[in-house]
Amino acid sequence: MDSASRPFDSALIPKGVKRCQLKWFLLWLGILHAPLMVGVVGALMCWGLALNVTYLNNNFPFGLWIAADLGVIALGAGAFFTGFLRYIVKIDDLKHIVNYAVLIGVVCYASAQGILGIDIGQPLRGWFIFWHANVHSMLTEVAFCITCYFMVLCIEYLPLILENRQIYKLGFFHGMAHHLHEAMPTIAAVGVFLSFFHQGSLGGVPGVLYGRPFAYREGFLVWPWTFFLFILSAIACGPCFTILITWITEKFARKRLVKRNVIDILAKISGRLLAVYLVLKTLDTVYWVAVAGKVGAPFSSFYANPPYGYWVLITELGILGVIPAIILLNTKARQNENLLILACFLNCAGIFMNRWIMTVQALAVPVMSFDKFVSYHPNWVEYATTFLFVWAGAIVISLSYRYLPIFPQEKELNPL
Amino acid sequence: MFPFAFEWVNDATHFVFMGSLYSVLTILVIILHYCGIRAFLDLICKKEKNHNHH
Repeated sequence: MDSASRPFDSALIPKGVKRCQLKWFLLWLGILHAPLMVGVVGALMCWGLALNVTYLNNNFPFGLWIAADLGVIALGAGAFFTGFLRYIVKIDDLKHIVNYAVLIGVVCYASAQGILGIDIGQPLRGWFIFWHANVHSMLTEVAFCITCYFMVLCIEYLPLILENRQIYKLGFFHGMAHHLHEAMPTIAAVGVFLSFFHQGSLGGVPGVLYGRPFAYREGFLVWPWTFFLFILSAIACGPCFTILITWITEKFARKRLVKRNVIDILAKISGRLLAVYLVLKTLDTVYWVAVAGKVGAPFSSFYANPPYGYWVLITELGILGVIPAIILLNTKARQNENLLILACFLNCAGIFMNRWIMTVQALAVPVMSFDKFVSYHPNWVEYATTFLFVWAGAIVISLSYRYLPIFPQEKELNPL
Repeated sequence: MFPFAFEWVNDATHFVFMGSLYSVLTILVIILHYCGIRAFLDLICKKEKNHNHH
């Protein structure tokens, strides 16, 4: 490439790869900043005027924010699970995508914490959960684990930043990146420990609500069955989200960034886990229907209030569960890119729907005979502040793709 | 919450919860310091090596 056609910031761009001109990149960042600013206005309204600018109320203290929070944490499971497969199970081919899985994890967990920062209304008191910890609450465990795991993800992301072309020239940072890579199996093991507990405890929160038959489950020792179902569903959909975001990045970059066989490994593992999850979830549903009926909460009462009809169960388990599982388990279907992406999309949508059901629908179903069904729809402030983190995440991914060696196979797949 | 805070109770849940939190934080701090010190030592050794070479 001659110097005239080289981007202005070419000294910062990894060697041997092609990036667009700086002006187009800045224009792209500007486009992303427009909706982001709407979210910032929404967040400032929540902090300045309190949470009554939202449609959250005493019936629905958990709304879009919590459902989105649980959703992005499940989608971010691709980071810990890919790290687990790469560093502990030692599937070597995954080294070509583990960097990107970590980056996606950083974005997901930063989003989760950002959403919680708005949701708690008074972020200046956010530290109370650490100092005045209620050690009998699963939410305390979640807060501890999410915070620590976000630190783990930042440490996993750090060597990538240090490998920037200019930073890497500095001896100390070069050595630091090298030694962090060496320590990565230990860091990944800590990440697996933390993720296992917070993914599970997020499921444990609805599962222990014994006053709400829609959500309550029996379990093993102190953990309700939802604890294990949440872990399984998260590791089943996390790799699919990594595939989906990689595909979107490839479409924007207009080039292939990861070899097909690497994607196929993740898709195959995801398909098997999703199939196991669906079997266990179905057994759980059947058992729950039988038990709940005996204690005066018939199955029909859970789905008697529109919009939460039987279609919810059919969509969650059938359209967003069985269909992607069939595609991901079938080798031929998996190798068709359109079908693979459809399966990944359905799987990720299924996890969001599941989290919405376990939080918002669980609160919506009337419990007492004198209770009335009250519906909940988020308002623009809740939507804008939730999507704020989508745009912020896109900016972080764009910057990382441009300046960091995220995809080790990019040079080989796209020779200059 | 530290064990010397007035809210602390010497029971299993406090030890498990807070013990796990501080264990994880300690591991992360040790890893970061270990990598930093190794990188610093590498840098010093390399400089000395280059110096002797000249």
